[in-house]
Amino acid sequence: MPASFGGRIMVILQNYGMSFLRGAASSMLIALVGTAIGCVIGFAVGIIQTIPVEKKDSAVKKILLGILKFILNAYVEIFRGTPMMAQAMLIYYGSMALFNIHMSMWFAAFFIVSINTGAYMAETVRGGILSIDPGQTEGAMAIGMTHFQTMTAVILPQALRNIMPQIGNNLIINIKDTCVLSIIGIVELFYTTKGVAGAYYTYFEAFTIAMVIYFIMTFACSRILRHLESKLDGPDNFDLATTDTLAYTSGMFKYPDKKKEEVIPND
Amino acid sequence: MTKENIILDIHHLSKTFGTNVVLKDIDFSVSTGDVTCIIGASGSGKSTLLRCLNLLETPTTGEVLYHGEDITNATVNAASYRSHVGMVFQNFNLFNNMNVLKNCMVGQMKVLKRDAATAKKNALFFLDKVGMAPYINAKPRQLSGGQKQRVAIARALAMEPEVLLFDEPTSALDPQMVGEVLEVMRTLAGEGLTMIIVTHEMAFARDVSNHVVFMADGVIAEEGSPAQIFENPQNAQTKEFLSRFMRG
Ligand SMILES: Nc1ncnc2c1ncn2[C@@H]1O[C@H](COP(=O)(O)OP(=O)(O)OP(=O)(O)O)[C@@H](O)[C@H]1O
Ligand SMILES: [Mg+2]
Repeated sequence: MPASFGGRIMVILQNYGMSFLRGAASSMLIALVGTAIGCVIGFAVGIIQTIPVEKKDSAVKKILLGILKFILNAYVEIFRGTPMMAQAMLIYYGSMALFNIHMSMWFAAFFIVSINTGAYMAETVRGGILSIDPGQTEGAMAIGMTHFQTMTAVILPQALRNIMPQIGNNLIINIKDTCVLSIIGIVELFYTTKGVAGAYYTYFEAFTIAMVIYFIMTFACSRILRHLESKLDGPDNFDLATTDTLAYTSGMFKYPDKKKEEVIPND
Repeated sequence: MTKENIILDIHHLSKTFGTNVVLKDIDFSVSTGDVTCIIGASGSGKSTLLRCLNLLETPTTGEVLYHGEDITNATVNAASYRSHVGMVFQNFNLFNNMNVLKNCMVGQMKVLKRDAATAKKNALFFLDKVGMAPYINAKPRQLSGGQKQRVAIARALAMEPEVLLFDEPTSALDPQMVGEVLEVMRTLAGEGLTMIIVTHEMAFARDVSNHVVFMADGVIAEEGSPAQIFENPQNAQTKEFLSRFMRG
């Protein structure tokens, strides 16, 4: 082993560079898939929890909705309220011991991260929906839109925009938290690093590399999401359509021709 | 006016919130081409009445007949009824995620199932009518209050409703923007659109409406032609209310 810190890092990278990359890719894959599925779960749960119950709805509908909302509430509270590491042990090893279910390690990993993210996202989505002023819902109802149409066309797009920072947060947390999955044997970045560090007894160097990789991944994700956000916002200014809009029903053009204005005599 | 062209016929309508009786035994009707103005003190139940007519609130008792059919019935499809009875709100309630043009198209496409080209043509026609055609690419946050309200009117008109309800459409506007919105409404009245308007603009109510309803404490205290109500009110509460307004 070289005497200098930089030299030791170089040696580790030469020998284990590919392992680090594979570990990082695993972490990233689990985080991305888990966050994506988690968002879908979160949206589904958040939407169901905000379905309004009207007085004139039938008793059956009210009861079914009540039971469903109770179950979803329990799901959210239980998964938010317990450590993901314990959930991983329970779900992966527990289901093996008790029900003789042998799920693949990877399936378990995606499942655990998704279901966890879903529990957090459900509350975020609920908050995002509630944050849209009810006036817009009334505006939509007043032109005859149904609850479903109002949700998909008006409320959810705005709620999604408002919770984008929260989705970013979840993604970043997931990139880092995949390390707890090493206890069910997933060889992600943390597991890889531990192995490398142990082999050469170079904890400081190996974990420096791991930290840098974690940081690059999270920082890149946060920048990409920022960019997406500003894209969703659209431009800050708008173009005035030409006066004769009816004549240009397909394709607008931007500003009135300068020359036309000059024709008008000034007096 | 003959019985056939009555669009809305309200019988013994009452509304309570908990123990708070907000509307008591309201009776009135609206025929094609009527411009009905509802006036009255704050808290007298004007908004609640309008919201009952559009089923944004469920009346506690009584009936609202739309072409003879009681729409307070649980079996009536509220959404499809609302597509015939539009509403313009005090706070505009535009869709903030859509530009002006989309705001006026979405209802036509989702509710009336019109194709995009037809919806766009129709939206442009009504936006032009309210003087907002140049602003089709703007988002609501980029418009002034008066402009937002004109877009909201175009959005409601694009559904080609039979009746349009207005709840204090100019109350949230700066004085210099009130005129532009009232001007649009004046034009619509001139074209024969059936409207029910809750307003504090007495001059407008006097000039434009053909029927004035004065509400006090949840009941219709007096109703009649603008001449009757404004020149020769009979009810003491009407007199007192109008004298406050006329003095300015
Ligand atoms: N959702 C509600 N729950 C309980 N009470 C309500 C509700 N909506 C309205 N009210 C009550 O009903 C009464 C009438 O309210 P409404 O908004 O219809 O008055 P208004 O005549 O429109 O007044 P304004 O001129 O200030 O708009 C008020 O006393 C109000 O507090
Ligand atoms: Mg009101």
